[in-house]
Amino acid sequence: MSKITKEWKHVNEDGSYTVRTCGWSPPGDHPVGCGMKLHVKGGKLVKVEGDPDHPISQGRLCIRCLTLPEFVHHPQRITTPMKRAPENRGKDIWQKISWDEAWDIIVPKIKEFKKKYGAESIVVFGGTGRQACLYYYPLGFASIGTPNVCYPWSGWSCYGPRCSITDYILGAGYPEIDFAGTYPDRYDNPNYVVPKWIMQWGKNPLMSNPDGFFGHSLIDLLKRGTELIQIDPRMTWLGTRSKYVCQLRPGTDTALALAFINVIINEELYDKDFVENWCYGFDELKERAQEYSPEKVADITWVPAQKIREVARFMATEKPGAIQWGLAVDENPNGVQLGHAILSLCAITGNLDVPGGITMGPPAALLGKWRMETRRNLSPELWDKRIGAKEWPALSTAMATTHPDETLDTLETGKPYKLRMGWFNSSNFITPTCSAQPDRWYRALKSLEFNVVQDLFMTPTAMAFADVFLPLPTFAEADGVVVTHFGRNAVFLGAINEALRVGDTKSDIEVCIELGKKLHPDMWQFDSVDDFFTKQLKPELGIDFNDLREQFIYQPKYEYRKFETGKLRSDGEPGFNTVTGMVELTSTLFEAWGEDALPYFQEPPYSPVSTPELFKEYPFVLTTGARKFTSFHSEHRQISTLREIDPYNEMEIHPDAAAKLGIIDGDWVMMENMFGKCKAKAKLTPIIHPQVVHSTHGWWYPEKPGEEPSLFGVWESNINTLIPHKHIGKLGFGCPAKQMICKVYRIEEGV
Amino acid sequence: MSRNGLLIDYQYCTGCHSCEVACRNEHNIPRGKWGIKLTEVGPWQVEGDKWEWNYVPVPTTLCDLCEDRVKAGEKPTCVHHCLGQCMEYGPVEELAKKMAGKGKKVVMFAP
Repeated sequence: MSKITKEWKHVNEDGSYTVRTCGWSPPGDHPVGCGMKLHVKGGKLVKVEGDPDHPISQGRLCIRCLTLPEFVHHPQRITTPMKRAPENRGKDIWQKISWDEAWDIIVPKIKEFKKKYGAESIVVFGGTGRQACLYYYPLGFASIGTPNVCYPWSGWSCYGPRCSITDYILGAGYPEIDFAGTYPDRYDNPNYVVPKWIMQWGKNPLMSNPDGFFGHSLIDLLKRGTELIQIDPRMTWLGTRSKYVCQLRPGTDTALALAFINVIINEELYDKDFVENWCYGFDELKERAQEYSPEKVADITWVPAQKIREVARFMATEKPGAIQWGLAVDENPNGVQLGHAILSLCAITGNLDVPGGITMGPPAALLGKWRMETRRNLSPELWDKRIGAKEWPALSTAMATTHPDETLDTLETGKPYKLRMGWFNSSNFITPTCSAQPDRWYRALKSLEFNVVQDLFMTPTAMAFADVFLPLPTFAEADGVVVTHFGRNAVFLGAINEALRVGDTKSDIEVCIELGKKLHPDMWQFDSVDDFFTKQLKPELGIDFNDLREQFIYQPKYEYRKFETGKLRSDGEPGFNTVTGMVELTSTLFEAWGEDALPYFQEPPYSPVSTPELFKEYPFVLTTGARKFTSFHSEHRQISTLREIDPYNEMEIHPDAAAKLGIIDGDWVMMENMFGKCKAKAKLTPIIHPQVVHSTHGWWYPEKPGEEPSLFGVWESNINTLIPHKHIGKLGFGCPAKQMICKVYRIEEGV
Repeated sequence: MSRNGLLIDYQYCTGCHSCEVACRNEHNIPRGKWGIKLTEVGPWQVEGDKWEWNYVPVPTTLCDLCEDRVKAGEKPTCVHHCLGQCMEYGPVEELAKKMAGKGKKVVMFAP
């Protein structure tokens, strides 16, 4: 590897060159934007190395980026557009075509559907976390012109609920622990204070690196004296390095949060000044919290009452501190109340928007704004046709999408109208990632008349449905911008610089612009990708795309205590950008939508308590989806270095529970309930409660036959077949992916 | 001449495998072999909330402490890429001094 230089592109003596870039996706990651050097020799990406000058990642790099060359040059990657006759769906019968030929098929189809059935007959499906999630909205709204953009996960159970709850309760962008990310000199900056404690609520960011937060920042802070508190059904590795671990029964989180509030309020440990000046509805919250004594909640959650008291006292008396919330908040039909309770805890302990506490973004932010502006391409009448918008106003106010569960119902019933065309943008969702009951989706999606799939590999989803396959470049192969937290609390912006291009691919933004110019040219007045990014960056930051390339990282100046200076509200007044101008401990909006204004605990739909008879037959609580270092959802299964580390779908079971079932470590087992079943390799481990099992997600087997019925073995280890459809909260959010029930038994044959 | 070694403060080794993969990339090590290999001890419960769960990467005979990189003024690739930043490279005497100032979970290898 050449010496690290600060130019964005450096030509080495042997004619090879090195490009400095920030990572996003694909291959998948949430927008963390780790800094790296891509070394290209003879037209091939030969090496990836962490960039020590990147202020956040500092040269460190995870194995998904370290194996990027294997991904980029993988023999199974698809790098030219392809078409297939509709009668051959599910069969591996493809014909390579040019992009022009692809457009000649796609554009007339879109025009025809719009003319015959209305633009709403087309639905754009988007996946999770990848760069695509910035672009699939405008692809739908402004390139194609449909109001139906769908993130298919039941109850929109990823990130969206947390953002929506934050909008309603705080009127701000995504809350994140202050990890000094906006300072070039990081933890040494004189304005920064190391948090006394960080609580991880249903989150393990070492593996998941979620949403812009560089997970190993927690290790940086541990070394600087921060104490960790884990709220997790499992004793994680981080748990073994923590001051407190609350190993709770999956799905009972809201009760635990309310018990913390109970202790903090009743022992008068709350931040009185902040509560008096900046919170709305404290007395009501106090009254509600009386229903959740530590003793009662200990019975519900399995967390001892004394520990609940100790943790609550510690949180309230040590300052500053921060709570980081994870996917477990979203994947819970009671999750809106959990999010509300967590934000209330952040507020009453006085940790919002203070150094070493919890940072908050402005209400609208870079690129996010542009995404929403593209909606002006749709008439109000067309916008009103968005599936599920009327039935689920809380969800459709915050999320510009269809309601996911309603979308499946619409596909199955043709009501309120028939969907005709699907566009799958980086979403392999019949593989167990972001759909509940993927077998139902599979059957329903077969009714679509024409489908386009954008991806990098032939996935089960593409094999099942695609009529046209459009190949995407990796982040090494296209220009872009990393927007941490998807623009809702931009810790920094990073440049993604094209280092090479393999085959004939087009990036998400290239497809948006190219297709958009053909169908709605007035929406796409950009000469090039470069011009597009410059027009997003310049008005807000005063720099163009080339400046960002040169600068590599842009860290916006962060201002604390914005609620005092009026920087949180669009009218410039002090306070929060909510209906009451305060943190809404009692929510005016929830009430208006027919929901309880205060947080409350509700048992999971299936549990030892809510369905005791069923629990006799299915005697384990099933929690799913904890991450591994080796993969991002359904990606990376064909990368042999990573597959060698994690070869199969894995389920964790306590040795005592396994012994009773005659299961030994490494056995193949089946998890099964009244909805479906899923194969996995048993991992015996004491980190999990004897009554709980955990399964990883996203599994399919690229080495297996791709054609139907196998679809790369997608139905063999499909944990989401055990998750029910439309078991969601009153406001439309949350699904029981982390609190189902199942039985477990040993099986003879493996995969 | 002083011998060089690797200090690993495994209080902070999160088991991320970056050292393993970075090393393989650097030295073109084939599958089934390793220049440095992550080992796992635990997890088991000691008592109450106290648990033993440690990852310790162990260099093998294929480790040359990234001779070429070090000559070019860079760190060994495992040290460079370690997500937990729990590895250090240097003369064993210096590392031994540093060890004294660390917690109980620290080890030095001199491959």
